[in-house]
This record gives sequence, structure tokens and C-alpha cells, in this order.
Amino acid sequence: MHALKLTRKSLGIPYALFLLLFVAAPLIVLVYYAFTNGQGQFTVSNLTGFFTDPNTLGTLCYSFAIAVTTTVVCLLLAYPTAYILAKSNFKRKSVVVMLFIMPMWINFSLRITALKEILTLIEGNLAYYPFLNAVIGMTYDFLPFMILPIYNTIVKLDESLIEAAKDLGADERSAFFKITLPLSVPGIVSGIAMVFLPAMTNYVVLDMLYNSTYIMGSLIGSYFAAYNWHGGSMIALILLGIICAFTLATKGMEDEDGSAAGGALL
Amino acid sequence: MREKIIELQNITKTYDNGFTAVSDFNLYVKRGEFITFLGPSGCGKTTTLRMIAGFELPTEGKILLNGKDIANLPPYERPINTVFQRYALFPHMNIYENIAFGLRQKKMSEDVIKKKVKKVLELVDLEGFEKRSVATLSGGQQQRIAIARAVVNEPEILLLDEPLGALDLKMRKEMQLELKEMHERLGITFIYVTHDQEEALTMSDTIVVMSKGKIQQIGTPEDIYNEPKNAFVADFIGESNIFNGIMTGKLKARFGGGEFECVDDIEEGTLITAVVRPEDVIITTPQEGTIRGTVTSVIFKGIHYEIVVESGKNEMVIQSVRAPKVGDYVGMKVDPDNIHIMIAEDNTNYFMVDINSDHRLEFNGKLLDTSVTKIIKGSRRLENGSIADSAGEVIDPQRTKISAAIHPRNIQMTDDISAGNVDGYISNLIYKGDHYSYVIHTDLDQDFIADDEYLWNMGDHVGLIMPVDKMTFKLVRK
Repeated sequence: MHALKLTRKSLGIPYALFLLLFVAAPLIVLVYYAFTNGQGQFTVSNLTGFFTDPNTLGTLCYSFAIAVTTTVVCLLLAYPTAYILAKSNFKRKSVVVMLFIMPMWINFSLRITALKEILTLIEGNLAYYPFLNAVIGMTYDFLPFMILPIYNTIVKLDESLIEAAKDLGADERSAFFKITLPLSVPGIVSGIAMVFLPAMTNYVVLDMLYNSTYIMGSLIGSYFAAYNWHGGSMIALILLGIICAFTLATKGMEDEDGSAAGGALL
Repeated sequence: MREKIIELQNITKTYDNGFTAVSDFNLYVKRGEFITFLGPSGCGKTTTLRMIAGFELPTEGKILLNGKDIANLPPYERPINTVFQRYALFPHMNIYENIAFGLRQKKMSEDVIKKKVKKVLELVDLEGFEKRSVATLSGGQQQRIAIARAVVNEPEILLLDEPLGALDLKMRKEMQLELKEMHERLGITFIYVTHDQEEALTMSDTIVVMSKGKIQQIGTPEDIYNEPKNAFVADFIGESNIFNGIMTGKLKARFGGGEFECVDDIEEGTLITAVVRPEDVIITTPQEGTIRGTVTSVIFKGIHYEIVVESGKNEMVIQSVRAPKVGDYVGMKVDPDNIHIMIAEDNTNYFMVDINSDHRLEFNGKLLDTSVTKIIKGSRRLENGSIADSAGEVIDPQRTKISAAIHPRNIQMTDDISAGNVDGYISNLIYKGDHYSYVIHTDLDQDFIADDEYLWNMGDHVGLIMPVDKMTFKLVRK
């Protein structure tokens, strides 16, 4: 017994080391940089600077708008798709699901470049519609991340619950809105988490679409390009705060439903 | 007589893949009745229930509710509610909302809903549970809520799909009585589905025994138990010894290696199936018994012993409060009233064949030239000659039995005794217009029926040639 205990403990060491090296240490470095200035003195000016500079605040709002729009568009596209996929009687359902997931396996720059060419054909000059292009690019990139968790929750949904609702007098519509939709909320929440946060920061999509507008990710990138580690770190920390707040909020939501996060597949 | 509340006429359900779950099902249920569909899994009982509920549409036939055909109505337009096998309570709603669901669909006022929910919670003995969430309830409590959620709508018919299947034995017994009581109190018609024969016998007014999508017998629990209509019902309801036999005279039947007196007046020479309940067999001294045999096992079962006696090629299971010892030679007799005789469905001869030590089929010590692997699904012959089943496990010849069937017209009679698979003496002959139907009593204590166009005499010693290609085989699990 004693020997076994030791073994188990030692098995945990690599994991602990990994956590320390790649999670805890970078976080400490991040916090240190965020609250110091170029001379290494403690300061909150990075924080106050961010919230008083109209440029950075504008970028925050702009990223927020892009992220919200992308998420909503993704959700509107993904939910019906996932629902139809989950309820269909396709013989090889998994293959059809795979078709929707496949783009994730194709190289990112190739996909976006192709999208850029298509958009150029349609719009002529990409610079005319920066917001629209950003949303299209992000939606194209993140849609599978929204479909998959929603599909998973709907597919796992106990069919007898819907039958029970109909048995109790609910028609198709009413059964959907009272049973299926509320019970797929965990999938929707995971989908939103998978799409919303990357959509705020993934400026590579914008760059590759020759989009000159700034989102949070581009802001951090520009700070770092100018060797301003302190300002960049603070923005990263603020984003981290937003992620944490979002996760905590949605976690409460899932617990209220009394159902495990069915979308925790990825 | 109470009026019919629901009537199923010629209901057939065939799925897209061609599987017929229910065929030509005819049944009516009277108002206020507690009726149970009983049968093994896959017999079509749940499909029938789902067609009444509206979750499945019948391929053919009518479902008349108070005289009106509802076969194609969606479930939400039927005044019928269901208690689901795994309860199907809505996990995102509390108990109050779960029960109120059906009432809200009917747009009742909140005051009325509140009163009704309170009342129905009292009915199921869970007062004050309104605010609880589904996840905090035990299986038995969830069961009660599921019942409450259904009956609060005051349906004309309540459907229960194996509602006690997920509960432990003690809980199940309790709920059986409670459901029965609830049925009496509410006066709603209950249609109950179960594979548990004891549950069906305890609770029902009427039992519908089903097998392979067809009704085998409809009757009161007493009828079904005491007067099973065929071998399937006898076997499924309670424990039974079932023998193939033949009527040998007025009120006389031979089966199980002896000639018994019985109370069923069936024409002499008719092939029969005889059913004897284990509790009806009386153990006697060898001299007094109708048949005799050696005790091969005695198992204590609490209120009685289960005794197995081997008599020739037959086995008799007996329940008795007094136990002989293993190896004892005993006699057995059965009161004529307790022998249930049914006319065999067809004249096909059924007999058990053995798997010998080489894993080949054998009957009466003679090899049957056929492949065992074709009979046992998914099996294959291993290099050492033994047979492995689909799961890869080697089949134990001692524990696997194969039954063979052959139609009388395929048996050829010969006076060359050694040429036959088995031999015996003609104990009965009936002229059937264009041929004679013979009953041949073999040394294996089994009667075979054979058709032949030539006349033989009573008592003739004949051999029976049974071509293997005319036999059909079936694996009997042990």
C-alpha cells in the first residue's frame, strides 16, 4: 500500500511541474509586468491609462461589438444546423457532422486566404466593409466550435422528455421552446465561450483579410511590437478578467439547470 | 357491463426496416379497468402502448377512443397520459413546474393549478415537495412524481410503461400495492406494460399475454395462470413443466413417461401439450407414482424446496415443502384437475438432440450429418474441433441443448429397424383421408407422429427415417 501511494504521488509530479512552468509562472510574470513601469516600480498607471485613453476604450468597444455580432451570427447559424443534424435519421450521421467540423482541420491561413479571394471578388475592395468582413471571417473560422457543443447536448437529450411534453399536451413548437431549448442551454453556453472570447482577440483573421481595424488582440500585438510589455500585459490581464467573469457567470447558469456542461467536448 | 373506452382493431405496426412489431392486434378495454400487457422484451407490448399514446402511428388498423378513431391524432390531442419507464421528469423544472406542465398547456389559472398540484401531491404522499428539484429525489419519489404529473390532467386512460422496472424489489412490491390502490381510488382506466409476470398477476383485472407481436391469451390473472391457452403462456406465467404428449383414451393422456388421467375430453390420438405446475406435483413412493425417477437436485428456496427429478428422458421440476434427498428414487403423481392439456398447435415433432464430445449433433446415439455452426448464430468451429460462440467462448455440450423439429410427412417408416434414426411401436393410427397418421411410441419415451400412405398395424415395430435436410434446429439456452 505504502509503495502504491508513493507511486501515485510521484505520478503527479510532471503535472505539477507543467502547471507551475506554463500556467502559474507566466501568470505571475504577466501580473508583474502589468503593475510595473519601465523602471520596475509598482504602478497602476497601465490600468488607469487603459480606461482613460479613448483609443483603447474605443478598441474595447469595437472588439466587443465584433465579438457579440460574431457570436450571435454563429449561434443563429449553428443552432438550427446542430438541431437538424441531431434529429436527422442520416445513416452516417457522424460523417455529416464531420463535414461541418472538417474546415477546422484545414490550415487556417489557407482557409482565410480563400475567403479573402472570394470576398474580394464580391466586394471589390475589402477596405469598404471592415466590420462586415471581420464578422464574416470570424464566423467562418469559429462556426464549428459553436455547432459541436450544441449538437452534443441535443443529441444526448433524452427523447422521452420531448415525448412526455407532447403527452402532457404540448405541441411541437411548445415542446421545443419549453423542453429542447432550455435543456440545450449548456451547449449554447459552451459554444458562446468557444466563440466570443477568441472573437475579441483573434486579430490574425483581420490581418489576413487586410483589415486595418483594431481589436483587443491587435492592440496587445501593437504594444508588444513597440516593446511596451507593461501596457500589453495589462490589456491581456483585463481580457483574462473578462474571461473569468464570463466563465463564472455561465457556470452559475449551468449549475442552476442542474445539468452537466454537455458541451464540454472540445 | 361497463362500456368500452378504447378499442384496437386490426392494429399492425411495421417499421421502415420491415420489422413487424405488432400484427393484427384486436383488443378492447372497458372503462375503469386495470389491464396489463405482459410479455418478454420485443413482444410488441411497448409498441402497442406507444400507439395508444400517439408516439407511433399504426401501419394499419383503427384505435377507437369512445368510438372515435384516434389512430392518427398527435399525442397532445389525446386525453391519455403516460408514465414513462425512466420517469422522464423535466430536469430544468422543479416538482411544482413538472406537475403543472400539463395544466399550463390547458391554460388553467394559476389558482386552480396550485390547488390541483397540492391535491395530487397528497395523493402520492409527497406533500410539500413543490419547491424541490428533480435531482434531489430518490427513484421511488421520482416515480410518484411521474404518476402525479400524469394523473393531475385527469386523463381518461393512464398508460404505464414498465414504471417499476428501475426500482429495487422491496420498493417495487410497495409501489405495486399503491398503484392498485390508486387505481381503485381514481377510477381511471390503467393500461400497464410489464415483463414481470408476478407484477401482472398481482395488479391486473385483465392480462393480455403477448409474444412476437401477437396476443397469446386475454383473461383474468386466475384464467391465465390456471388455464393457459398454449405452451408459451404456460411457460411465461409462473413456472411450468411442459411436455409433448398424446391422448391415449377417454380422459387419458400420455406424457412425461407415464399415462395420466386428466379432465380434458380430447379425441384419442390427438397430439397435445401438457402443462403441470411445479407445486401440483406430489412426491410419492415409487409404487404409488404415475411416473418414477431419480432426484437430481434439491434447492432450498425459502418457502419451499425446488426439486428436480429425472425420469427417463424427461425432467420434472417440483416445488414442495418436504424435500427428498438427491439420488432418492421417487414416484410422482398429479391430481387430474391440475393437469392442463392443450391441443398441440401443429403435428410437428419436436425432440432434443445432443451435442456429442466431438461437437457433432447426435440423436439416439446416431450422428446427424449437419453443421452445428449453422445452428448457433455467429459460432465457428475451432481447430481442435470444438465450437465457439459469437462471443468467442467455447460451447459446453452439457449446457447447450438443441431442439429439432420435423414434420410428420417428412418421416419415412420402414420395417428395417436399423435403417431408421429411431425405432418404436405403433401405438395409434388414424386415417386422414389420403394417408394414415401414425403415432409411434419410442424407447426414448417419446411419441413421434408420422404420415404414411400405406397401412401398418397397431403394435408394429418400425424404424423412422428422418432426413436431416428436412429438420429444422433451434438452440435452446440453458
